[in-house]
Amino acid sequence: MAATTSMVTSLTFTIPSLGLRLPTRSYPCLKPQRRFVRKAASNVITATYELKAPPYPLNALEPHMSRETLEYHWGKHHRTYVENLNKQVVGTDLEGLSLEDIIIVTYNKGDILPAFNNAAQAWNHDFFWESMKPGGGGKPSGDLLDLIERDFGSFERFIEEFKAAAATQFGSGWAWLAYKANRLDVENAVNPWPSEKDKELVIVKSPNAVNPLVWDYFPLLTIDVWEHAYYLDFQNRRPDYISVFMEKLVSWETVNTRLEKAKARAAEREMEEERRRKEEEEGKPTNEEEDDDLEMYVDNDNDDSEAE
Amino acid sequence: MALRSSVTRRTLTLGLNSTMLLPLSRSLQTFSLPDLPYDYGALEPAISGEIMQLHHQKHHQTYITNYNKALEQLHEAIQKGDSSTVVKLQSAIKFNGGGHVNHSIFWKNLAPIREGGGEPPKASLGWAIDTHFGSLESLIQKMNAEGAALQGSGWVWLGVNKELKKLVIETTPNQDPLVTKGPHLVPLLGIDVWEHAYYLQYKNVRPDYLKNIWKVINWKYASEVYEKECA
Repeated sequence: MAATTSMVTSLTFTIPSLGLRLPTRSYPCLKPQRRFVRKAASNVITATYELKAPPYPLNALEPHMSRETLEYHWGKHHRTYVENLNKQVVGTDLEGLSLEDIIIVTYNKGDILPAFNNAAQAWNHDFFWESMKPGGGGKPSGDLLDLIERDFGSFERFIEEFKAAAATQFGSGWAWLAYKANRLDVENAVNPWPSEKDKELVIVKSPNAVNPLVWDYFPLLTIDVWEHAYYLDFQNRRPDYISVFMEKLVSWETVNTRLEKAKARAAEREMEEERRRKEEEEGKPTNEEEDDDLEMYVDNDNDDSEAE
Repeated sequence: MALRSSVTRRTLTLGLNSTMLLPLSRSLQTFSLPDLPYDYGALEPAISGEIMQLHHQKHHQTYITNYNKALEQLHEAIQKGDSSTVVKLQSAIKFNGGGHVNHSIFWKNLAPIREGGGEPPKASLGWAIDTHFGSLESLIQKMNAEGAALQGSGWVWLGVNKELKKLVIETTPNQDPLVTKGPHLVPLLGIDVWEHAYYLQYKNVRPDYLKNIWKVINWKYASEVYEKECA
């Protein structure tokens, strides 16, 4: 039993900022399906992460985004990020972690570790393909529209701001609509929005591979503004690309689904917080781990506090 | 060229109504797109004419336009003593001014093959390269490795530290000029590795672009700069 526990312990990370995927209170068997893909005598690099296809054929976004662009963008760029990530991760402590976990760990509060670029770009591109659909564009409705109008004044103002963020991200990067419901001040990670602005929709832009997961936001929508995303179709005319994306490609259904999930997770987190606070008040012994909220470590075989 | 800038200067001063009356304010210099010393298609097949035209007429021109605009706003803010605007404008000046600086060097770093493009450096620069890197091939390999590994957008440079008289290879992100990596660094040659510099022709295969660009690198210019700094 003890052996099993410590084995589990050595695989876990205290990353409360991920909120609900890793309950902040304790880390029982965190990932029962942790994939041990490396066999002892294996000489084969097993692909831990797979290149997922976009949820539509490569020509389905024409004429707004050409098949040629998808072939290169997904078929070469995205594929290369995934392949290189697998090579970087194999045989390291990162192996078997979920993509999101790798991103948080290798972001390392801004002091980026080597696997970050490939991991984050792999995630970003999955998220990007799913943010679009054939016959997309138009306007959202329901809760999402309400929140947009509440936080940006109007849908039109939101569009203006989002387009401006995308157009002014200098060099390579991304623009995002995200749901901000983080509680923690993520030290040294340059959280772009102040803590007062909570449970709100925010627009943020990020350079290169950075994404809002590292600021503990819930991303809802993204546009890739690396030149490779638009150069074949629009050359230098990034603003035109952005307009076409907003008017013809955005899948508001997907954004809506993501928002619902984000709100649910934020609520779960709040409940966790409540419960923990109540227990502390009642003087119940709390898990030592919570004091090391922001500590990240690997292979801590000495840590027995997981044992519940 | 001179005519063009004086026209712009006049237009600019007319725009800033107050400047004509203030004897203390100098009129603002504006910048204009330098002509290429070769045709757009002259660097083929290493770099396509389509890329050269877009790169020069669109990208570089846009940096210049936005640089001029930022300078105009900066000029106004300085006159008004509006320090927060002065500070806020710094990134626009760095992006766009840097873009202008870097691309102006870049066009001189390239030459058609029949005009010496690709011809290896001789004299003092050739000797310095052999001494410092072992061989030209070794330098090229190092620069290509750095250029290929650069994440996102940026430049890879061969520079000289004019204090130490030493050659250096450096990369800079986005449009940061080489001097941001060290105040004594002088660029001899820079290779643009922003995707716009190669995408239409090489797509995602940046290493192929890096391999081929050496065929049109103008070592004569690099030598001139080197000799001036290390005479």
